[in-house]
Amino acid sequence: MTAGADAPTPVARPGPHEGTGRAPALLLRGIDKAFDGKPALTDAGFRLEWGEVHALVGENGAGKSTIMNIAAAVYAADAGEVVVDGRDVPLKNPADAIAAGIGMVHQHFRLVGRFSVAENVALSLGGAGRKCSVAEAARLVREKAAEIGFRLDPAARIETLSVAEQQRAEILKVLLLGAGILVLDEPTAVLTEDEAQALLSLVKGLAGQGHAVVLITHKLREVAGYCDRITVMRQGRTVLAEAPIASVTMEEVARHAVGETSPAPVRSAAESAGAEVLALKGLSIARAGGGLAVDGLSLSLRAGEILGIAGVGGNGQSELVACLNGLLSVAGGHLDINGVDMTRASIAARRAAGLRVIPADRFDSAMARGLTLAENLAMTEVPTGAYGGAFRLRRGAMRKAAEQAIADREIRGGGPATQAALLSGGNAQKLLLARELAGGARVIVAHSPSRGLDMRAARAVHVALVEAVAQGAACLLVSEELEEVIALSHRITVMNRGALSAPLNAAEATPARLGELMVGHA
Amino acid sequence: MSEFLLAWLTVLPSYAAPLLLAGLGLVLSERAGVLNLAPEGMMAVGAMTGALTVLGGHDPWTGVLAGVAAGTALSLGFGLAVVVFRAEQTLAGLATVALGLGITGVIGRAHVQKPFEGLARLSETGWGADLPRLIGQQTLLIPVALVLLVAVWWVLFRTAAGLRLRAVGEDPAAADVAGANVQAIQLAAVLGSGALCGLAGAYLSVASAHVWVEGMVAGRGWVVVALVIFARWRPAGVLWGALLFGGTEALTLRLQAVGVDFPVYLGAMLPYALTLVVLTIASLRRGASSGEPSALGFIYLRQDKH
Ligand SMILES: Nc1ncnc2c1ncn2[C@@H]1O[C@H](COP(=O)(O)OP(=O)(O)O)[C@@H](O)[C@H]1O
Ligand SMILES: [Mg+2]
Repeated sequence: MTAGADAPTPVARPGPHEGTGRAPALLLRGIDKAFDGKPALTDAGFRLEWGEVHALVGENGAGKSTIMNIAAAVYAADAGEVVVDGRDVPLKNPADAIAAGIGMVHQHFRLVGRFSVAENVALSLGGAGRKCSVAEAARLVREKAAEIGFRLDPAARIETLSVAEQQRAEILKVLLLGAGILVLDEPTAVLTEDEAQALLSLVKGLAGQGHAVVLITHKLREVAGYCDRITVMRQGRTVLAEAPIASVTMEEVARHAVGETSPAPVRSAAESAGAEVLALKGLSIARAGGGLAVDGLSLSLRAGEILGIAGVGGNGQSELVACLNGLLSVAGGHLDINGVDMTRASIAARRAAGLRVIPADRFDSAMARGLTLAENLAMTEVPTGAYGGAFRLRRGAMRKAAEQAIADREIRGGGPATQAALLSGGNAQKLLLARELAGGARVIVAHSPSRGLDMRAARAVHVALVEAVAQGAACLLVSEELEEVIALSHRITVMNRGALSAPLNAAEATPARLGELMVGHA
Repeated sequence: MSEFLLAWLTVLPSYAAPLLLAGLGLVLSERAGVLNLAPEGMMAVGAMTGALTVLGGHDPWTGVLAGVAAGTALSLGFGLAVVVFRAEQTLAGLATVALGLGITGVIGRAHVQKPFEGLARLSETGWGADLPRLIGQQTLLIPVALVLLVAVWWVLFRTAAGLRLRAVGEDPAAADVAGANVQAIQLAAVLGSGALCGLAGAYLSVASAHVWVEGMVAGRGWVVVALVIFARWRPAGVLWGALLFGGTEALTLRLQAVGVDFPVYLGAMLPYALTLVVLTIASLRRGASSGEPSALGFIYLRQDKH
């Protein structure tokens, strides 16, 4: 263990942590934190003992990353105290946290891709004030890797390594910096099942040597067998603290994480579904880094219904939406729209058949920031000749259509000539809906349509989708927000590792039931 | 024929050296992630300051140092603009070129076409009298340039400071988390590039032409920008590039000197045509590994601490 001078060194101590009399490794109390006035943490707390693996569980946006970023001094808390190993150390910079022995492995690794593992380690050690040549760093990496039992070539360039290997490099780096307290943010999210098992055993071994480990995760079931205790957060609060893993059931945890409040549904009454408009038959989509993001997925969507796809982000949702949109090609299976095979159809052909996509990031693949509202609105219709031919654009007609849409959809913050970039998120989303839901929309694919919007704007988006469906369109609602999915959908399925669960009817789909499906239970 | 070859090889170093020196400067700055389009201006300032210093009665080595100082001073302005005030790097680079050319135009006007006693050739110094012509015709700046080549390589690839500098150019966020002071490193790299470009400029006037004329850099600064891409941001590549570009220029001039019927403008065009070819090839193989620093031209702002 090459710990820094002040870093608390973990003591080799097998077994559980209770009753040793040593101060907790990490204690966070009464933490408040707001981003731009919006509270992310409210009186949140967390207590970590030496020698334990502690799971920190909660839905997306519950504040798990935020509270650990405060411990790692990436963020400064608005209120509350952070005590490391019984000492009230001031944590102002990430460097202070490193010196205090806290090492965080972020969801996005902080490694230089072109550098070798050893160069990255030398860089970090140098930054922490410990002079170290690349050759020395290579030796340290080799020794540490052997000590904790995995293989990693110190000379390998980071960008040539698999994600799992990069993660090992990051963990090694943090350990070599002297971290006695290890925080892993969603470490299994990027790993295959086998890789996840290997990582979890490694983590368990580190705890056995006396380290204290926090495992932030969505997928409780995966980690349950490797954890000593669990803390659950919901909406910025600690709702279940330091429960020994054996004393709680999965159902209890899911209930704590999701809560039991479900808002009044906006769902349309018409549940009599019409003809099948979208059919996916064994659809597979390749993942950018190799492997399959979506694996043999089938579903059937009928006119007049909203089919909700719930699930934790990163389980293939983005790839599915991009593929439906025609931006990603299919690795296997078929995609029918209105009974016509459109597996390899162009984007224009899909639009002509009535497919409309509301992507999660509207400025990424739906709208242009620098163009005006009128231009953004007309963009999809210009190629069809609706606004004049190749040599003359009927700008007057474009402006009139824009004025109409602005009035109908209550878009505030600008006129037809305003740049789209100047709109607030809610109004930009209304603009997109005005374009996509106007005439001819038969299959609407909406991906996290209310992400980042305030309640009113989110409600307006929901009402617009429900209205479109009431008029005979069909909607595939892909969202990580369970409440949204439950409130809007007639049928609900959960996406997990590129596959869908069997659809549940709205009546059967309770938050607890879906929560279990999301964490991989059942 | 061998006479021609010898003559060509004898003049080649003095054509290659300015490109080598300025190219090394650019490697420093761009490895730290700062896109530097300003060598044309920095070289001009270095060339003029060197010449005026010697014309003012100082010895040529003082002139060379003055050129280095002038290039560094101009790069300080550029560095502050892009690193501290986060100006757009392309525009700031172009503005620096305009500034450098403007300054030399105004201050240097009164001193154009005045020949002076420049840096001595090795054969003219006491101890170099019986060196072979190929070496004797060179100034001491040629070995200095080669030493600088090794020094830049050593710093970049064999020291902790170089590791940090390259980390900043590859991934400033990761370097920041690792405790590197991104801005200080980038500013230092820009100043280093200014010093080397100033030295390259001083070479042109004090070691090579022994006179100051307006526009004497004559586009070499732009050739250097392309050369660094050709070199894949590697010091050794800069040497080969400098020999290739400098050699081409020297060759056309030698051919004209021996009276080969060769359109003057075609000859003068050749280095630039070569530049275009190099850039095209570089962009074709970009995917493979152009060696371009990943964060080149990217302005890093640490995410505000909330
Ligand atoms: N840097 C940030 N700026 C603004 N809001 C943020 C930032 N980081 C997190 N948030 C907000 O804080 C809340 C908690 O987020 P986070 O801690 O990332 O959740 P989790 O990790 O549990 O999914 C969310 O509402 C999120 O949008
Ligand atoms: Mg998180």
